[in-house]
Amino acid sequence: MSTVATLPVAIPLLGAAMSLVALRSLTGQRIIGIAASLGLASVAGWLLLTVGNSGPIVANVAGWEAPFGIVLVADRLAALLLFTSAVALVLVLVFAVSQRATDEELRGFHAVYQMLAAGVALALLTGDLFTLFVAFEIMLTASYVLLTYRAGGAQTRATISYVVIGLVASALLLTCIALIYSVAGTVNIADLTTKLGQVPSGLRAGIGWMLFLVFGIKAAIFPLFFWLPDSYPVAPTPVTAVFAGLLTKIGVYAIIRTQTLIFPSDGPSTLMLIIAGLTMVVGVLGAIAQKDVKRILSFHIVSQIGYMIMGLGFFTVAGVTAAVVFVVHQIIVKASLFLVGGLVEASEGTGVIDRVNGVARRSPVVAALFLPAAFSLAGFPPFSGFVGKLALVEAGFAIEQWAVVGVSLLASVLTLFSMTKIWSGVFWGTPADGEIRRLPTGMIGATAGMVVVGLFIALAAQPLLDYAQQAAIDLLEPGAYRAFVLGSPA
Amino acid sequence: MTLAIALAAGVLFGAGTYLVLQKLLSRIIVGLGLIAHAANLLILGSGGRPGAPPIIDGLNPAAVSDPLEQALVLTAIVITFGITAFLLALAYRSWSEQGSDEVEDDIEDRRIVGLAGRRQ
Repeated sequence: MSTVATLPVAIPLLGAAMSLVALRSLTGQRIIGIAASLGLASVAGWLLLTVGNSGPIVANVAGWEAPFGIVLVADRLAALLLFTSAVALVLVLVFAVSQRATDEELRGFHAVYQMLAAGVALALLTGDLFTLFVAFEIMLTASYVLLTYRAGGAQTRATISYVVIGLVASALLLTCIALIYSVAGTVNIADLTTKLGQVPSGLRAGIGWMLFLVFGIKAAIFPLFFWLPDSYPVAPTPVTAVFAGLLTKIGVYAIIRTQTLIFPSDGPSTLMLIIAGLTMVVGVLGAIAQKDVKRILSFHIVSQIGYMIMGLGFFTVAGVTAAVVFVVHQIIVKASLFLVGGLVEASEGTGVIDRVNGVARRSPVVAALFLPAAFSLAGFPPFSGFVGKLALVEAGFAIEQWAVVGVSLLASVLTLFSMTKIWSGVFWGTPADGEIRRLPTGMIGATAGMVVVGLFIALAAQPLLDYAQQAAIDLLEPGAYRAFVLGSPA
Repeated sequence: MTLAIALAAGVLFGAGTYLVLQKLLSRIIVGLGLIAHAANLLILGSGGRPGAPPIIDGLNPAAVSDPLEQALVLTAIVITFGITAFLLALAYRSWSEQGSDEVEDDIEDRRIVGLAGRRQ
């Protein structure tokens, strides 16, 4: 049964290889791509249920026992995020296929997309730091290709800075791994939970913060986010949607995984909470200053990362639970907002607020899809953002962290403000006379699907919170993770 | 030995960081290569003393060198090699499209500098 934990990585890799074989037939590639994504989603769904019912599944790759070989661990946190990511990957792929332009322009699109999926799955499932590095490389290399293939002229600069910053972060991650290996003699996360405990606390804290910095670059926290709003809007819509939904969240996942298991903290981490507050406020203020729909949404990615870091910074079960729920909500909501932005661009020809008017009249369906996603981002009940933010605020009140909770509520109000800016600029006003380009049903269907999944998260709030709470307990309970990976608590 | 590796890694990190902060893309790529080499050296240094080849053949385990960090370094070198090739291709495209190797200023930054100039 443990083999199943390797399937989420194997299926997309197989899909990528097969799409390369079928490189000449676009229809063939599309069928393979969608089949592979659906396969990934169903395996992830199975894992979600099985892990929830009967505990984590651990696979020793090639029969080498942990901590010596590579180990894949499907615990609750990994399974939950894997399933959410897989659902987002399927819907974005449907959007890309019905938009047609994306995979017609880049012949190898489907192969690269599947590689990205494999990287995401491996990053979520891996049980050692070096494989995490490899997973990040697979995922980021695929993202470099997807981001740069179309960019020319003025956009080259943005894409180059994205690639260079990605590479610097990877080299730093490698440096961290070297330092950890020299002090602890292992890169297995479960083994590190006890082995790093014997290292002098100053050295340990230094390595911990360095790792936080590295994953912070990938997750775009303050003050390391400047590359994101420049580069994301350059890519075609489906690519931006999948980047916005997944890439930064994998960075957050890596932060949660390493900081709770390897560098646990007894109480709330003040420095982390300060960084979280600054990320929220600076991100949302950046969004308010922008004029283009995709750039506004890109700054919101940064702002929302702050909430996840806040939940982690509390270092309580309630805080980490809320952070996990928030990540799940963000993957779906961010992807759906970018898809709606793409629909506006596709039907009106531009996403600049000043040049688009009255979309609510011209294409009411698009407006109807934007509203729930925007309200959810701002945290209105009964949408999914409310569930996440309420859990975060309650977790903050429980340990009397008033300041950062106040900042997070302020950032929510500002988020709502910038959403109304998009609404009044793009959707209201006198409809322009220009021609409306017809939108393929698949694009609208995929976007609607994503919005519905977001609503479903809100409906299933209680089971989701219970699941995330169990995931948080697995992370914070000393020895729990080690026990199911290595089979012994000490 | 460890000191030599640490010094070499330090020099490479310094030189690499200096080059990454330059304006020419070709220098940035060389700088990234140096930083990656520094990280690889550091991994190689993390395995402890050099020893006999790690072949289980009745050898004393204490005299054998650690094979894991060599496996890690090989993987890392291959990845760096691939990505450097990709970055070189990107640099070539940027050069053939724009005619120069220079990384331009950010448009947004230039606008803000313009605004600040006007206010003074």
